[in-house]
Amino acid sequence: MSMIKAEKLGHVYKRLNEQGEVETTKKALKDIDIEVEAGDFIAILGHNGSGKSTLAKHFNAILTPSEGALWVDGKDSRKEENMWPIRQAAGMVFQNPDNQIIASVVEEDVGFGPENVGVPTEEIWQRVEESLKAVGMYQYRKHSPNKLSGGQKQRVAIAGVVAMRPKCIVLDEPTAMLDPSGRKEVLKTAKALNEKEHVTVILITHYMEEVVFADKVFVMDKGRIVMQGTPREIFSQVEELKRYSLDVPQVTLLAYELRKKGIDLPAGILTNDELVEALAAAYQQKGK
Amino acid sequence: MSLKLEQVSYIYGEKTAYEMQALKNINLEIHKGEFIGVIGHTGSGKSTLMQMMNGLEKPTAGTVRFDGQDIWEENFDRKMLRSKVGLVFQYPEHQLFEVDVLSDVCFGPKNLGCTGEEAEARAKKALAMAGVEESYFKASPFELSGGQKRRVAIAGVLAMEPEYLILDEPTAGLDPKGRNEILAQIAKLHRENGISVLLVSHSMEDVANYVERILVLNHGELLYDDVPKKVFAHYRELGKIGLGAPNVTYILHNLKERGFAVDTAAVTVEEAAETICKALKDRI
Repeated sequence: MSMIKAEKLGHVYKRLNEQGEVETTKKALKDIDIEVEAGDFIAILGHNGSGKSTLAKHFNAILTPSEGALWVDGKDSRKEENMWPIRQAAGMVFQNPDNQIIASVVEEDVGFGPENVGVPTEEIWQRVEESLKAVGMYQYRKHSPNKLSGGQKQRVAIAGVVAMRPKCIVLDEPTAMLDPSGRKEVLKTAKALNEKEHVTVILITHYMEEVVFADKVFVMDKGRIVMQGTPREIFSQVEELKRYSLDVPQVTLLAYELRKKGIDLPAGILTNDELVEALAAAYQQKGK
Repeated sequence: MSLKLEQVSYIYGEKTAYEMQALKNINLEIHKGEFIGVIGHTGSGKSTLMQMMNGLEKPTAGTVRFDGQDIWEENFDRKMLRSKVGLVFQYPEHQLFEVDVLSDVCFGPKNLGCTGEEAEARAKKALAMAGVEESYFKASPFELSGGQKRRVAIAGVLAMEPEYLILDEPTAGLDPKGRNEILAQIAKLHRENGISVLLVSHSMEDVANYVERILVLNHGELLYDDVPKKVFAHYRELGKIGLGAPNVTYILHNLKERGFAVDTAAVTVEEAAETICKALKDRI
């Protein structure tokens, strides 16, 4: 079953003047057709202002379609009565961990969500424990969140979403404000949730290196989806990505430069190991 | 002409329960015209170090000298210092506040006592230096894209006509194109206007591509202070302190282990491609 399905989804931002009349409009999403299977790890790339975050906000009904339709876990987001069920199904993690943490003790922060929807106390504690274990932050449960590193705070924010037991988690540039080790922690956490807990993950990012493990990558430009495919298919098209103001991982770029210099390598190399193996083979060949 | 830190230490909340030593005995000198990268994990003291350099915080111990003068001497003009050493904070666009781009950039020079005309002339020059086109001057800063806003915020600091420009992660949150554009603009300021640049960054690749010298901070101590090639030769140690090297460094070391005669000191994609090609060509 598909977790998320959009058909000709469009979004128009309206700016109202003081009289409440529409002053200007801006089309942020156009004709989006997208289908995400339950259990997938999906990545969305696109430059600033390409519509990624607007799309993400549709996934948990913060925004509703101006045109077309969107179903989350089979529920039509145009219907108001579906708003809460959709937000239960799809949780969201934002860029800045400091804006998402509200309590003064880690475990209370994680328990905030379930408490708000009336989960019995016993079960709240059980969920808090499970969620913190899932993100590898259980040993910090009694700590104050403001003493944690950026990566740790972001994992606590993720645990807060996990405690709501969503079927799908949308991460909107969760690593943009983190240092390299913090980025790794958060990414590892997202992958573990996908693999072990079978949560559908939708990752929005500017870091090309972070999407090479995704099942499928979507590239957005000017409110449309302009490319989709496996990471290998996407990153084989270096020139086209550059046209959309994007990049490729550094290892892919190196392989691309080497190919331009006439070295025989397969297209769309994604990992260091792949490149080293391919080069080692070429080196052996040459030595014979 | 230099900015010099002599045995500088800084302790937050000294003699309280929250006492934390942010900088430990830092010695370094920044000369006019240098392009320096600063790397270190979150909490390593990068921001505190930046604040030492333009006198926003006073060191607990040690001396900060601007052109040889102790900046904490009684008669030292710290207002002058803050215009000479410009600080661009993280997400500087959050500090934009005026009705249009030009007025926002005029704010700094006006505060320094420039007349309206002088301030406007400076602001226009600064906006040009930051790569903001004239057609945006009357636009509201809040209607611009992320990359544009950041340029306007950088122009606000450039309008103070600094000799040293310190930028705390100027590319955070930008897309790859925005990142490259901002970095190219900063490199141009350094090249054409002779401004000394101190770039705090989490991206080893960006640092490797642009700077001539790298400072590595770890738990408030200056761990390395050297040219990029020499700093990234310590890639294992850097990995242990939550940093790393540009990805090509790892690839080259891997290749070397496999018997390739590559130069592992290469830190950019171009350099790496060159040494790999050479190794393949020389193989008989």
